[in-house]
Amino acid sequence: MTLLLDGVRAATGLIVSGDSEIWSILWLSLQVSGSATLIALLLGVPAGTALALARFPGRGLVVSAVNSGMGLPPVVVGLFVTILLWRSGPLGALEILYTPAAIVVAQAVIAAPIVTGITLAAVQQVPREFRLQLLALGASRVQMIWVVLREARLPMLAAVMAGFGGVISEIGASMMVGGNIKGQTRTLTTAMVLETSKGNFEAAIALSLLLLVLVFLVNWALTSIQQRRAL
Amino acid sequence: MVLRLVVAALVPLMLAAPAGAGSNVVILSTTTSTQDSGLLDVLVPLFERRTGYTLKTISVGTGQALALAARGEADVVLCHAPSLEKRSLADGTLTNRRLVMYNDFVLVGPEADPARIAGDKSVVAALGRIAAAGARFVSRGDKSGTHTVELALWKVAGVTPAAPWYIESGQGMGATLGLADDRRAYTLTDRATLSAFGKRVALRVMVEGDRPLRNVYSVLEANPANGPRVNAAGGRAFADFIVSPEVQQVIRTFGVDRYGQPLFVPIAGQREEEVAP
Repeated sequence: MTLLLDGVRAATGLIVSGDSEIWSILWLSLQVSGSATLIALLLGVPAGTALALARFPGRGLVVSAVNSGMGLPPVVVGLFVTILLWRSGPLGALEILYTPAAIVVAQAVIAAPIVTGITLAAVQQVPREFRLQLLALGASRVQMIWVVLREARLPMLAAVMAGFGGVISEIGASMMVGGNIKGQTRTLTTAMVLETSKGNFEAAIALSLLLLVLVFLVNWALTSIQQRRAL
Repeated sequence: MVLRLVVAALVPLMLAAPAGAGSNVVILSTTTSTQDSGLLDVLVPLFERRTGYTLKTISVGTGQALALAARGEADVVLCHAPSLEKRSLADGTLTNRRLVMYNDFVLVGPEADPARIAGDKSVVAALGRIAAAGARFVSRGDKSGTHTVELALWKVAGVTPAAPWYIESGQGMGATLGLADDRRAYTLTDRATLSAFGKRVALRVMVEGDRPLRNVYSVLEANPANGPRVNAAGGRAFADFIVSPEVQQVIRTFGVDRYGQPLFVPIAGQREEEVAP
């Protein structure tokens, strides 16, 4: 129990004193997971919308695959992205393994199915009659999709939260493709594992509190947008 | 508005990311215990300032550290498993093995000491008694340098360790110490990790100072033939750096401020017979 209190005290100390390493780790985590979420949105929203509106043979299989992908184990993604980015791998010439860009790639792969799956569900819950009515009123297909997406925007904010929450707290992939290099690819979660294995439990607790606060603040901001628009 | 903020925050990252790449990047594969000791946090900036190279340090198990270099994914290796290192030299994937430093392992166990080994001079004899008594022993079981040393010691002791008294944690040293403490078991640990966890575990040092407990670190360079992008010159530069007199002096005093005693003894330039088991 004293350890926990010491941890909270140390955390407050570290945050208040503006320890530059902690802040740069925090900033890197935010940038990396933010970029990954953004990429996942760019891929997942069109893919989810297309899947929701299109009808083709094997669609059920694809939807099942997307839904399974929502639970893609980060360590599996980490392993395959590492192998792709190895110097000897097919994308080795990029030389981005052990850089923040590699973590962004891996996290985008983790988040994309989450965004796709939730978008799919969000678009599908817009009544089919509504879409037909839009078309009957003379909307083009692009205009119809645009309006449907606007209708579905509240549940789609949940996709952003789920995607971001999934990748900011993920460890397996960040560790494997980033390498936990001090000052370069050390994120909140990989730093936490390192401090724990070093026996620096106070620092590990401080980092976990920061992570929790960060996740809360991001979700709070998104939720307030969502709820304001809901009224 | 929010989107614009996000993009503004992310663009510099995207631009900055590939800037680290290029032929001036050296990849060092090393072991978690090396990283946990904090020594690299001192050496890496020194090396980068001195040579202009960017050093990426990947801390993994010894087995993986050697395998990465053998595949050409790393340029230089710093590790502590002489038997595995010599195998890599023999198959030609790594070259130019040079001794760097050593620290020592200790055999720790619970206060009750069920196998009666406290104060034993010989670690091999002590392991024999643990096996004979069927007292619990926690092994890393992760092909790490520490695990490799432990297996070699069991072999010398003529014991094939097995369940139920032999427990494999499959985790790092800190977690393994925690498990040994919880199960009131013996385990082999490096002294630095024990110092770091000393307050959290009730394990006592049982056997120390025996020669086979010396944990010898060497630096090895990757053979340029291992892959198309091996940075041989950079790997060589790091190896030369860590055995240089100036860096050996840094190693000699490292850890005094934190643990009250140095963590490593520098041995560059010495012959293996003088220092090793």
